[in-house]
Amino acid sequence: MLGWELPPHNSGGLGVVCHQLCKALSHKGVDIEFVLPYSSPHDIDFMKITPAHPQGVAEVIKAGGAYDSYKYTYHDGHEEWVDLYGQQELYARTVASLAEEKEFDIIHAHDWLTFRAGLAARQKTGRPLILHVHSIESDRAGGGRDSGNPLVKEIERTGFMLADKIIAVSQHTKNMIMRDYDIPGEAIEVVHNSIEKAAMPTLSDRNVYTYLTALKQHGWKVVVNIGRLTVQKNLPNLLKAAQKVVQKSPKTMFLIVGSGEQYYELLEQSAELGIGKNVLFAGFQRGQGWRDAFAVGDLFVMPSVSEPFGLTPLEAIQYGTPSLISHQSGVGEIIQNCLKVDFWDIDGMANKIVAAVDHPALRDELRRNMQREYDRLSWNDSVDKLSALYDRHMQKTAEVAA
Amino acid sequence: MKAIVLYLHVHQPYRVRQYTVFDTGQNHDYFDAPYDDRTSNERILHKVAEKSYIPTNQRLLDLLRNNPGFKLSLSITGTVLEQLERWSPEALRSFQELCTTGQVEIVAETYHHSLAFFYSREEFEKQVAMHREKVQALFGQTPQVFRNTELSYNNDIAYWADKAGYKGILAEGWDPILDWRKPNYVYRPSYTNHIKLLMKNYRLSDDIAFRFGNQAWSEWPLTAEKFTDWLGSDQDAEVYNLFMDYETFGEHQWEASGIFDFLSHLPEQWLGAHRDHAFLTVSEAIGTFESRDYIDVPDTITWADTERDLSAWLGNPMQQTSIKELYELEKPILDTGDLQLIEDWRRLQTSDHFYYMCTKWWSDGDIHAYFSPYETPYDAYINFMNAYHDVRFRLLQKGVEV
Repeated sequence: MLGWELPPHNSGGLGVVCHQLCKALSHKGVDIEFVLPYSSPHDIDFMKITPAHPQGVAEVIKAGGAYDSYKYTYHDGHEEWVDLYGQQELYARTVASLAEEKEFDIIHAHDWLTFRAGLAARQKTGRPLILHVHSIESDRAGGGRDSGNPLVKEIERTGFMLADKIIAVSQHTKNMIMRDYDIPGEAIEVVHNSIEKAAMPTLSDRNVYTYLTALKQHGWKVVVNIGRLTVQKNLPNLLKAAQKVVQKSPKTMFLIVGSGEQYYELLEQSAELGIGKNVLFAGFQRGQGWRDAFAVGDLFVMPSVSEPFGLTPLEAIQYGTPSLISHQSGVGEIIQNCLKVDFWDIDGMANKIVAAVDHPALRDELRRNMQREYDRLSWNDSVDKLSALYDRHMQKTAEVAA
Repeated sequence: MKAIVLYLHVHQPYRVRQYTVFDTGQNHDYFDAPYDDRTSNERILHKVAEKSYIPTNQRLLDLLRNNPGFKLSLSITGTVLEQLERWSPEALRSFQELCTTGQVEIVAETYHHSLAFFYSREEFEKQVAMHREKVQALFGQTPQVFRNTELSYNNDIAYWADKAGYKGILAEGWDPILDWRKPNYVYRPSYTNHIKLLMKNYRLSDDIAFRFGNQAWSEWPLTAEKFTDWLGSDQDAEVYNLFMDYETFGEHQWEASGIFDFLSHLPEQWLGAHRDHAFLTVSEAIGTFESRDYIDVPDTITWADTERDLSAWLGNPMQQTSIKELYELEKPILDTGDLQLIEDWRRLQTSDHFYYMCTKWWSDGDIHAYFSPYETPYDAYINFMNAYHDVRFRLLQKGVEV
């Protein structure tokens, strides 16, 4: 298994999903060695974790998030900062040489940063390569088919052409892969993500958002967004919708949790729209600040331009908050009982937020029914699909060898 | 004598368009969607007229002319009659032609296909009177037999219809009500002295309405010959009450299923099989047969779903609160004397609006059971409530605070 991050050193959903997926797979009897690009302490006992240290490197330290530069410390004592693209190259080279030493049947790689490593390992060993797509470059760039970094797109294109199988986390993502890279549908299997409910921390008696809690006692309603402040997440449109919402329902607060390159732009925009006092930016949160944000909300909003899966609405319902999501979100394929809107439809977004804020019957019905759908979710179905896929490819390898 | 009582129900609601909170207080055109929209009443009426009303009436007219013994009963709501007058005079004329044969009887109901009986007896009676006048004007008949919306029925409704002078009333022949009895006789509602009760034989009705085109059904393909053999085999039966939506012919069961051929052969097959066989209209059946027993229905039954209750319309809090709030406007709305406002309020009472808000199949993931022009039940609720608030806005403009 080739992946870029695992909790607690994750910057987003990818690490969480890899962790939960591997745990469920290992319970099913799959023996996993997970190769990370860095070394750090962890408490994972259900699989082997191997740091991919390039030759001569003693330690790789993450400076910040998984997508920042890393500091490489060599045995001879010298240090070097390497950017993301460079790390990805180093990782590929290292995995190629690791592959020759290791025993394994399947190479399973998560997202573009590990694709070249996967291809290299496949070339060295002839083992089948499965590429698991949690997002593609045009999702992250947020600007349609032609948007994104051409170097990254080249890696994705090559990977998709050469992989033995592609796994997409939603039909939406499968469609995007077909659209962006002209890959035939038969090459791509949809395996939806799920959520490990037992891993979700429980709420304590007191919510850390004291101000919002107090406002709610005076009839205010809270609309929450949690995610990176980046083009993909479509927050400028949410703020434009927020302005319209506040005109109709003035006692509405918007809580924006997360960090990212759009932070200052969004601050400025909310001031320009005249809704500064209705929008709170809480910054990046973990732990209680994170889970209480879901809990304090009357409605969770994920208006992404393109969301390959989108875990946060499931986390929101765990804490009792129903969701409005964009039609362009994969999670909408497994959850029917939520409000949906096109990401560009600002009036539609505002209309549905106002409805949710003004009508308790709507919120209650959404919550009740989404909770029922959520309760039925588990990793089992996804893991069954994956292990069947493994079996098919191992059989193929055996036939070729024979 | 052994008689078939064929009764067809014709109805189309005024669907609420995609009506947002930004329309509320601005536009009062709730029912006027653009022609190509899913909620366009005009487009849907054109489609149904073309696929169902016109071709079916053509065949029915031929059958009535060729078989003087062929009879049928129709109920046609005021809302569909208005739409036919406006958008398909040809289809309306074809219904009128059926009535000129003297072999077709029109059944009484509420003009707006509403659940008013359960919320306001006064409003209910007005709608029944409106419907009677419309039927008299268009068809030259005064209905003698009553059916309430969705065949909803209980002792109170029967008592009301008895006092109102109806000769008969229609209900679902639901097994828990009938107990050991069969629906194939005429009955009398408990606590009444004059009125008689016809109960739908749902098994035989559903063979035509639901199972006819189902190739997986063991009796497929169903021919008129086979069907009349079944009917003839019950020695003691007096009436076979075949009640169904008119749109069964051509809309629910497509022409390619052979439904029109079935219909075309039914009269000659049934009448030709035995000299005792007959077709009767609802009031003819009531006049011909004695009532065999009293039927006690304390709790409301309908002809819908496996539950046969009102839960598809009034089962969740969105449905319960929206209908309750709508009826709470009754007095102030009527006091305005504003005919357009009153009519819009009445159009919002049509039961279909509440049916579209039903989540019971939705939450089980069985969304195929959800027939609606809206993407989700929540969208139905949001559009409806925005229109409801506009009705209140119009009251407010007239200085009426509610």
